[in-house]
Amino acid sequence: MAEITLENITYVYGKGAPYEMRALDDISLIFPAGEVTGLIGHTGSGKSTLVQMLNGLLKPDSGRVLLDGKDIWEEPKNIQQIRFRVGLVMQYPEYQLFDETVEADIGFGPKNMGMDEEKIKEAVARAAEFAGLSPELLKKSPFDLSGGQKRRAALAGVMAMEPEVLVLDEPAAGLDPGGRREILGRIREYQQKSGASVIIVSHSMEDMALYCDRVLVMANGKLVMHGTPAQVFSRAEELIAVGLDVPQITRVARALRDAGVDIGLDIYTVKFAAHRLLSGREFK
Amino acid sequence: MRADIAFGQYYEGDSFLHRLDPRWKILFAILYIVVIFLAKNVFSFVLLILSAIFLILLSKIRLRIIFRGLRPLIFIIVFTAIINIFWLKGKTVLVDWWIIHIYLEGLVNALLIVIRVVILVAGTSILLTYTTTPIALTDGLERLLSPLAKIRLPVHEFSMMMTIALRFIPTLVEETEKIMNAQKARGADFSTGSLVRRAKALIPILIPLFISAFRRAEELATAMECRCYTGGRGRTRMNVLHSTWRDLVMLLLLCALGAAVVLINIYAPGYTLAM
Amino acid sequence: MSDIIRAEHLSYSYPGEEEGQSVQALRDVSFSVKEGEFVAVLGHNGCGKSTLAKILCMILLPGEGKLYIDGKDMTGEDVTEEDIYEGRRKVGMVFQNPDNQLVATIVEEDVAFGPENLGLPPEKIRRRVDWALETVGMTKYARHATHRLSGGQKQRIAIAGAIAMDRKCIIFDESTAMLDPHGRKEVMDTISRLNREEGITVIHITHYMNEATMADRVLVMQDGGILMEGTPEKVFSQPEKLWKAGLDVPQTTELLWYVQQAGYDVALDIFDPAACACEIAKVLKGTPHGRDNA
Repeated sequence: MAEITLENITYVYGKGAPYEMRALDDISLIFPAGEVTGLIGHTGSGKSTLVQMLNGLLKPDSGRVLLDGKDIWEEPKNIQQIRFRVGLVMQYPEYQLFDETVEADIGFGPKNMGMDEEKIKEAVARAAEFAGLSPELLKKSPFDLSGGQKRRAALAGVMAMEPEVLVLDEPAAGLDPGGRREILGRIREYQQKSGASVIIVSHSMEDMALYCDRVLVMANGKLVMHGTPAQVFSRAEELIAVGLDVPQITRVARALRDAGVDIGLDIYTVKFAAHRLLSGREFK
Repeated sequence: MRADIAFGQYYEGDSFLHRLDPRWKILFAILYIVVIFLAKNVFSFVLLILSAIFLILLSKIRLRIIFRGLRPLIFIIVFTAIINIFWLKGKTVLVDWWIIHIYLEGLVNALLIVIRVVILVAGTSILLTYTTTPIALTDGLERLLSPLAKIRLPVHEFSMMMTIALRFIPTLVEETEKIMNAQKARGADFSTGSLVRRAKALIPILIPLFISAFRRAEELATAMECRCYTGGRGRTRMNVLHSTWRDLVMLLLLCALGAAVVLINIYAPGYTLAM
Repeated sequence: MSDIIRAEHLSYSYPGEEEGQSVQALRDVSFSVKEGEFVAVLGHNGCGKSTLAKILCMILLPGEGKLYIDGKDMTGEDVTEEDIYEGRRKVGMVFQNPDNQLVATIVEEDVAFGPENLGLPPEKIRRRVDWALETVGMTKYARHATHRLSGGQKQRIAIAGAIAMDRKCIIFDESTAMLDPHGRKEVMDTISRLNREEGITVIHITHYMNEATMADRVLVMQDGGILMEGTPEKVFSQPEKLWKAGLDVPQTTELLWYVQQAGYDVALDIFDPAACACEIAKVLKGTPHGRDNA
């Protein structure tokens, strides 16, 4: 378990050039330990830049990134150790697979950590189980897997380092509904079993609503909203104003109130809406 | 978001040179090179220098940029200059000390050679790469060479390859950056250790990069097929290149320069280049 | 109206690693698409949608079955290469990855790529390119570099490239899958405008259920065959069947289904949030609370 705190982070791309852009503008926030935090924002809102700050791929121009209260840039030479503690799964991570077998690929991170053979094997097996990869898949070439399996193999590659914080940039992008549910469910399960803190970046309001304990909303390099999904999605107008969409069900809840059936505005999943609507009835 | 990758050395602009037909520009560059090599006489070199200054003014490109382009040549320039100064024998001795003999002729010769190299590189860069986009150059080259397709040289295929390469360079650069970051996030280290270790560390980048390049190539091929691409045969182009009065003016200027150089070589007295 | 595409008993198998180990991707698929229709194709990954798309564009030849493009048989013995090109000229495709289908570095030169391949005279290409860019709303980007555009803009350029060839039908093979919500909306708006205003037939393969609700007709595929077919209203009225096939239904339908399960009489085929709320309010207010859920 670890907590990440950002203090007054600012980051500017292309300093001094005509295309200079302030990607992050004085951001301060906390990613609490042991929670799933969702980070939402439209393209160019700065969320991908922010994610690369968390494990030291980018260094802030000003401000501090604290991991359990300690500045990660205190000793720049040891930034690699930070990357083992804060695991980052990038967008479309299946494109980073390279080794001969799935097993070796998942073991790449643990090997870089300096684990011995025995430990690597254990870590790989555990991670593969979390990612839902059966043992016979481990002997295969990563390039012979299906699209969804590749994605999960790449996810296992980061989980195998057993990071205290797991950061995922659009983990479900491009997958079909079944694949989305599977991968997000696996991440949620990993969080519950390992106790790690998880940060998910996504465009999908529906996914965020279902899988996150709290939600942060970014726009134009600034943090504009934060709270539980219920708190954030009950402010639909503000979300729409910063170029985001709200789950369809949130719109239904608003329309229902207008039609005289008030089930509250803090509605973000269908099950919850049904529950409020038909309270007292049982659902599977 | 990210710094844009500069393509070749093209500088955006709308000068007289920018607006020349790329086909003519390639021919002009060849013609200019010929004229540069024709110049033998000190006076014709003065003329060459004037022509280079004229080109720079025409292109509206800042001097700083042109000097920066010459920087990689410093070694060659110094090397040829030294050879000429120390090894060329002449009549007028300037220095005669121990085994070092320097003659006036050697000094002048070195100077002229240096001028020749500088004008050669600066002149052709201004005519071609600084003022023409790589895509226009490829296009111009394809059309200039199109008669060669008759003897079955794959002119169109070559230019299509160039076009696609230019199109995919930024995509692949971006992709390399992404893969590097992804592997760094898994603890890969590219900057420490011995040479062998560092070369080995590149494997986790190169393999995904190659695989992705092949996948892109395959998808692109399918997409091109869907758009009825069947090679160069029967293909037309939207943009037809037109020669304008500018091309004619430039041609006349270059011919005049060539004629002047030749005349000076024949009639004007003065020091003549030895090599 | 005539059928632009008619498929009869199409089957296709990919060769396996060893002989006799082929993988059947399509089995006995029959359907037709009328000119000017907007058809959505749904199905989870690996259900054969992309194989079908490639056969319709004649990138793959079906193993068995017949394919007619604009009434012309594309699978007969006597089909020439010319016929195939003619077919490809009528049916175009826009792919999933916006980066891997643009050929040129400049927007308008990319759009011109198709018409240039057809060997049209320069003035005509210029007219078509201008029209295509105008139609997808990208005229102002004509001289821009393709790699600097956003994902949604790149897909619109790909669409412009497809319509510049004067196509009757365009297949979108998960063209919205890699885009953010904004880009997706951009592309969907463009697609529906093409269909409505230019009369271009659209076959849209997608994972997004709300995109499928925009279509005239939905095909649901599973294991290489067609599982369901009909209007979005008809298809999404059977949520259990779709869930079993690994697919979703719009959230409005899901909510209405819960309401229906609770014993109320509601329609499931409503995709608009306001209309959905009206339907629910009607039954909930119409009947006193406490009606038993048998």
